[in-house]
Amino acid sequence: MSEYNFAYLDEQTKRMIRRAILKGLAIPGYQVPFASREMPMPYGWGTGGVQVSAAVLTPEDRFKVIDQGADDTTNAVSIRTFFERTAGVETTTKTTDATVIQTRHRIPEEALTEGQVLVYQVPIPEPLRFLEPRESETRKMHALEEYGLMHVKLYEDISRHGHIATSYAYPVKVEGRYVMDPSPIPKFDNPKLGEMAAIQLFGAGREQRIHALPPYTQVVSLDFEDHPFEATKADHPCGMCGALDSYLDEVITDDAGGRMFVCSDTDYCEGRQAAGFVGEMNHQRAFSVQPLLETEA
Amino acid sequence: MTPLLSVQGITKRYGAHIGCADVSFDLYPGEVMGIVGESGSGKSTLLNCMAGHLEPDAGKVVFDTRANGPKDTVTMSEPERRMLSRTDWAFVHQHARDGLRMGVSAGGNVGERLMAVGERHYGNIRDKATDWLERVEIDAARVDDRPVTFSGGMQQRLQIARNLVTGPRLVFMDEPTGGLDVSVQARLLDLLRGLVRDMGLSAIIVTHDLAVVRLLADRLMVMKSGHVVEAGLTDQVLDDPQHAYSQLLVSSVLQV
Repeated sequence: MSEYNFAYLDEQTKRMIRRAILKGLAIPGYQVPFASREMPMPYGWGTGGVQVSAAVLTPEDRFKVIDQGADDTTNAVSIRTFFERTAGVETTTKTTDATVIQTRHRIPEEALTEGQVLVYQVPIPEPLRFLEPRESETRKMHALEEYGLMHVKLYEDISRHGHIATSYAYPVKVEGRYVMDPSPIPKFDNPKLGEMAAIQLFGAGREQRIHALPPYTQVVSLDFEDHPFEATKADHPCGMCGALDSYLDEVITDDAGGRMFVCSDTDYCEGRQAAGFVGEMNHQRAFSVQPLLETEA
Repeated sequence: MTPLLSVQGITKRYGAHIGCADVSFDLYPGEVMGIVGESGSGKSTLLNCMAGHLEPDAGKVVFDTRANGPKDTVTMSEPERRMLSRTDWAFVHQHARDGLRMGVSAGGNVGERLMAVGERHYGNIRDKATDWLERVEIDAARVDDRPVTFSGGMQQRLQIARNLVTGPRLVFMDEPTGGLDVSVQARLLDLLRGLVRDMGLSAIIVTHDLAVVRLLADRLMVMKSGHVVEAGLTDQVLDDPQHAYSQLLVSSVLQV
């Protein structure tokens, strides 16, 4: 690890990124341009989030990475290992123990507290991107608060599906001013964005934008008066821990139509199981490797 | 009576080349002004200067705003001008695809201006959109179809509906019938004339089709090389052209 500067990036780069972060915090929801660096991983793997994490990490931090809520998926494991090697910071999978959490597509179930920083990996920071192709025009629309077009997207949803079918990357209005794309988190997580105690930072590496929400910011999901916003999830309890209030992944368990719903937040699910909560399908041990070991023996 | 739009000495140059030079006229509420001339005579430049799409090098475009009375739209702040262009103004492009969002349904296209001025009730937006589709003779059942599935004439009518839904007072039209076949042109003109009369709209129509101005316009300006060479009542100019170019223009129309 001694070959690298602390947290991989050089000090000047981190300084530049911190300035962008501070500006983002000062203007909640505004997309601050920054000079995104080449990172030793491809675009789309979280280069924006990694740069923001590198800029905010200190040697005393405890770092957690989640990908779709899980601590053990490829993206999460590789980024966690990256910072173990280049920064030598302590890592954890426990949401409550972590001081910096980098996330892709989820907000942890457990309420975050003051002093924690949540770093999002953002693929496309511009909420108006697929509605107005000209970047010069979208910037003007943000500047002049012309957000009628955002509702055209929701209108199209209702006219086609009978309800607002946008289920992730659901646009929000920050402090009554900027419309922001909260990265592809499920809209189930949208209510957690507002009035959160932790600092939320959004980094988009390929698009070279950083935006941020300071603690206790007002965040409102856009909707129509007669089609109000609704945070949705699969209507099941978790198969492993029985939780009714957490966001669920659907997992196919065999080729005969078998499936189960499990918490996408692995730390939350394991915590509940350790506390004695048992879901309906927990006895089946769907992913057990036991039979294989027995045949070998 | 205050003119709705007062254009004073509008000049636009493209380098050494003149786009339009020193154009002045007043447009009163409910009046339709036609601007004719050959290609490259500065008609579209003038229209774009008036509609705020181009910044003129000199001159004023004074619009009688609802809130504050006559105001120069050239020196007005951009947010104000953009607000005008989606409430009191409308702009009908020659090619419907320039004025429509092709990836958004017909209803969404009509509803966009409503949502842009703060309408947030889906049911109301949809009702108004359906109503407007019917007013421009598009089957209400096609409210969820995208404009790409529409014919050229329907796209043009949809563009008009989309522009008129917020009840503008002034409509800029750039060759609204260009590229349509004659029978569709006739229907569109008929529709436009009805809407202009019913809603008491003022309009500025740029075209090179004299039949269009004969039908729609109260007054006419003839442009040549960036200058207005003749102006007056439509019938007067068309029946008794004074300037040599106007005479040429009128005599060039093929008689069937």
